[in-house]
Amino acid sequence: MRDELLSIIEKNSRIDLKELAVLLGVQEIDVANELSALEAEGIICGYHTLIDWEKTSIEKVTALIEVKVTPQRGQGFDHIAERIYNYPEVKAVYLISGGYDLLVTLEEKTLREISNFVSDKLSTLESVLSTATHFILKKYKDHGTILDKKPEDGREAVTP
Amino acid sequence: MKQFLSDKILQIKPSGIRKFFDIVSEMKDAISLGVGEPDFETPWHIRDEGIYSLEKGKTFYTSNAGLKDLRCEICNYLKRHQGIHYDAMHEVLVTVGGSEAIDIGLRAVINEGDEVIIPQPSYVSYEPCAVLAGAKPVIINLKAENEFRLTPQELENAITDRTKVLILPYPNNPTGAIMEREDLEKIAKICIEKDILVMSDEIYSALTYKGQHVSIASLNGMKERTILINGFSKAYAMTGWRLGYACGPSEIIKQMTKIHQFAIMCAPTTSQYAAVEALKNGDEDVEMMRQSYNQRRRFLMNAFREMNLECFEPYGAFYVFPCIKEFGMTSEEFAEKFLAEEKVAAVPGTAFGDSGEGYLRISYAYSLETLKTAMVRLKNFVTKLRESKND
Repeated sequence: MRDELLSIIEKNSRIDLKELAVLLGVQEIDVANELSALEAEGIICGYHTLIDWEKTSIEKVTALIEVKVTPQRGQGFDHIAERIYNYPEVKAVYLISGGYDLLVTLEEKTLREISNFVSDKLSTLESVLSTATHFILKKYKDHGTILDKKPEDGREAVTP
Repeated sequence: MKQFLSDKILQIKPSGIRKFFDIVSEMKDAISLGVGEPDFETPWHIRDEGIYSLEKGKTFYTSNAGLKDLRCEICNYLKRHQGIHYDAMHEVLVTVGGSEAIDIGLRAVINEGDEVIIPQPSYVSYEPCAVLAGAKPVIINLKAENEFRLTPQELENAITDRTKVLILPYPNNPTGAIMEREDLEKIAKICIEKDILVMSDEIYSALTYKGQHVSIASLNGMKERTILINGFSKAYAMTGWRLGYACGPSEIIKQMTKIHQFAIMCAPTTSQYAAVEALKNGDEDVEMMRQSYNQRRRFLMNAFREMNLECFEPYGAFYVFPCIKEFGMTSEEFAEKFLAEEKVAAVPGTAFGDSGEGYLRISYAYSLETLKTAMVRLKNFVTKLRESKND
């Protein structure tokens, strides 16, 4: 049940217990217990909403920043990653294989705020060697969802 | 003009679905639950392979029987999922959908007057194809009390000296019924005893919700008397690609290939390349879709229970077949009234044979959201009908 439960709520976290129980063919109480277990084990980390901010009047600028760092003895990249992810404006931090070390997603209201963050906060961290900032111009698909595309039923209305 | 038409074709009624389709098409805001094909688009990697084959200029005929790679992958698939071993060179034919395989399979084996046993309710093309091939169709009216499975007794009663073929349409469209191993073993025994050929239409084999599908061809002594028909439409959501296949004894496949060669030449090349990819790397997609269908199936069964609508639990395909006998209307009347009053289209069971009377085919190849709206409307409709009956 666990995998199927996760795959349902990954797409729709608003679905209620009763409906989950029906879809999975189990009792409501079992779904509730499983969800609590998943939360306790830290497998479910939150229930978020996917918002296309472009369609609102709220200004948001998102940047992806490639960061090269010097790993620290005994702690590898974890310590520097923590220094970065503690900033609330940082939305995501990933350790990356390849040409650079950390990929940082940053969300701010203006370009200036992003450039300030990079020049004042990020670049000045002792173990940061270099940064390269990429601004997102348009989001086509996010979290597995194609934004701006309404599902269309291209089928004939009745077929055998 | 009539003097030009064939008597045989005039004798065949047009599909009952057509008439209903015309009504639905005129209603713009109707919800349709009448579709017999997946709502998923073909998985991207499969489409991509089709596009790639076009880019590479693979735009020619393939061999009559189909691409060798595809026939090999079909054999691998059947070995992997059903444990049946076919020889890709002599026992497999790639066809234009399962439908073509039904047609030419019957034409390859029927002599004028041979009898073909067709359990109904079932897919609309068996009976006309049998008639066109010169056979006499013998209909078995399946019963809800048997969950629309074919029982040995029903089969025995239908067999005569002229019986040549049994069509075995499971998992079933429109009922959603399946046949499990024990059910099939009894049927197989009779077919062997009475020397009957089985045409097993397993187009929905990937979509079962109670254990793995069992093919009758995998049972002892059955491979040599079975034409197994399957295809890509339902499992891989590839209806528009028009691709299916038939597997069977080389002598039969050889004759089918002859008809196919003269009538069709070969199945669409682009579709064949895409299908190789589907068989090689598509198992996960199928499982994802199956899981989704299963959730919707449970949702509908629960909705029927909540509105006290009688329905046996189907374990295959993507249809449920609720009983509407309590309302004292024919299936057609019920479906038309439901459409007119609640703007939901479902197909009357009679479109799939007389024994579909009193039932409705509801397809769950729709998003949960659509199904939810439709079930709210069905509940309204059913409640209204019951109230007016009690007045």
